[in-house]
Amino acid sequence: MAWYDLLGFGPKGWGLQLLIAAGMTLAVATCGAIIGLMIGTLAAWAKLSRSLVARLCADAYTTILRGVPDLLVIYLFYFGGSLVLTYVSSHVLGTSGFVSVPAFAIGALALGVCNGGYQAEVLRGAYLALSKGEIEAARAVGMSPLLMFRRIIGPQVLRYAIPGLGNCWQLCLKESALVTVTGLVELLRQSNVAGRSTREPFLFFSAAAILYLVITIVSGQIFERAEKRAMRGMRRA
Amino acid sequence: MPDIAVETRNLSKRFGSNEVLKGISLAAHEGDVISIIGASGSGKSTFLRCINFLETPDSGDVIVAGEKVEMRQRGGRVEPADRQQIDRIRSSLGMVFQNFNLWSHMTILENIIEAPIHVQKRPRAEAIEEAEAFLAKVGIAEKRDHYPAHLSGGQQQRAAIARALAMRPAVMLFDEPTSALDPELVGEVLRVIRALAEEGRTMLLVTHEMKFAREVSSRAIFLHQGRIECEGAPRDIFTRPPNERFAQFIANSAMH
Repeated sequence: MAWYDLLGFGPKGWGLQLLIAAGMTLAVATCGAIIGLMIGTLAAWAKLSRSLVARLCADAYTTILRGVPDLLVIYLFYFGGSLVLTYVSSHVLGTSGFVSVPAFAIGALALGVCNGGYQAEVLRGAYLALSKGEIEAARAVGMSPLLMFRRIIGPQVLRYAIPGLGNCWQLCLKESALVTVTGLVELLRQSNVAGRSTREPFLFFSAAAILYLVITIVSGQIFERAEKRAMRGMRRA
Repeated sequence: MPDIAVETRNLSKRFGSNEVLKGISLAAHEGDVISIIGASGSGKSTFLRCINFLETPDSGDVIVAGEKVEMRQRGGRVEPADRQQIDRIRSSLGMVFQNFNLWSHMTILENIIEAPIHVQKRPRAEAIEEAEAFLAKVGIAEKRDHYPAHLSGGQQQRAAIARALAMRPAVMLFDEPTSALDPELVGEVLRVIRALAEEGRTMLLVTHEMKFAREVSSRAIFLHQGRIECEGAPRDIFTRPPNERFAQFIANSAMH
């Protein structure tokens, strides 16, 4: 069979499965990045807070999560989560046997926890770049802390953070391939399966590489636009 | 005598071991234009910043429009007892900073309508209409859709004055409004401040511009090492300085 039949959408083609798997990759990476943004915001806030306990916790989090291989984190979440679920089901529900956690949820969570460590540093750096005077002006007009965060600090942090967050997103997208070990049928797993059953692994892994590239190039352009928009009014150095 | 717009009683502030303010008492009546002068490090900016609680005074009282700001002790530190009272009082004091501090992610118009809409909850259309009037008044109506970074320092400071005016403040506070400006831009900002003084606005003005202070203010206070060294109507104290230190200070200023 010709390569275009294998990659096509005909009866013997794997095209549709590959596209669905690429969608799954996009979905798990997006969820991971969003969870990472939430954790990262929280950790950045803790790192900047006056509370020593909060600072130490956040430092421990970013040190550990950026220092431990992400694949290991995924394994820990997967087996740790399954251990808890198995324990709960045997002691509470009275069933026996190994209960595995849903691959998508645990994959997204593990990606988010890994990525949050990087995002926290990006957000912290962006906050430190803010003009203290502009924050003071916000206090001087009587803004409450919440309003100030929403109207002044948030938009400005985002403005400085977008390039760094774009990097984190690409990292998250590539790391989503590691979630393959949980059995989630994402792009890497699907191309592996297709490669084995057709004995054309190189073809399918190449196709996967191209699909990853398409996703990163398109999302890179989205970030570039967002950056341009956010930098309106900024003087270029 | 008009009502007192803002008053401080025995205001003190220290940074570490450095006692910056050693009990400042001052009452500004409605319509007063009070210049606060003194050498750098005399505590004049800190005094102004204590009035709207950008710095928290260690002791003493601030009373704005008859309302005393309640303070409390907590963990060895003094802090305002009621954050909402602080926010309310701040929005009745229009602050103009040395470095303008316009929000760089907003256009000039957005800067001006921000607090009226989001802090004072006024209708957007009304805020815009008023903002345009203030922009015309400070002479930069055509800059409304520009970002701060595209304006000169003098234009930015005039926009910052419009932003402060837009909150309809009872008192305007100016913290060295021309000190960060190139010399040729000082005049345009002083003209705007002078016009406000002539309207009868209550203003406290920290400044190094002695000639200007002398011309526009109804009263001048001279701070030295955290204390009011002398005060009075400018035409009196500038012509016959009541003490040696002040005489020396104005002699030095005149040379520059």
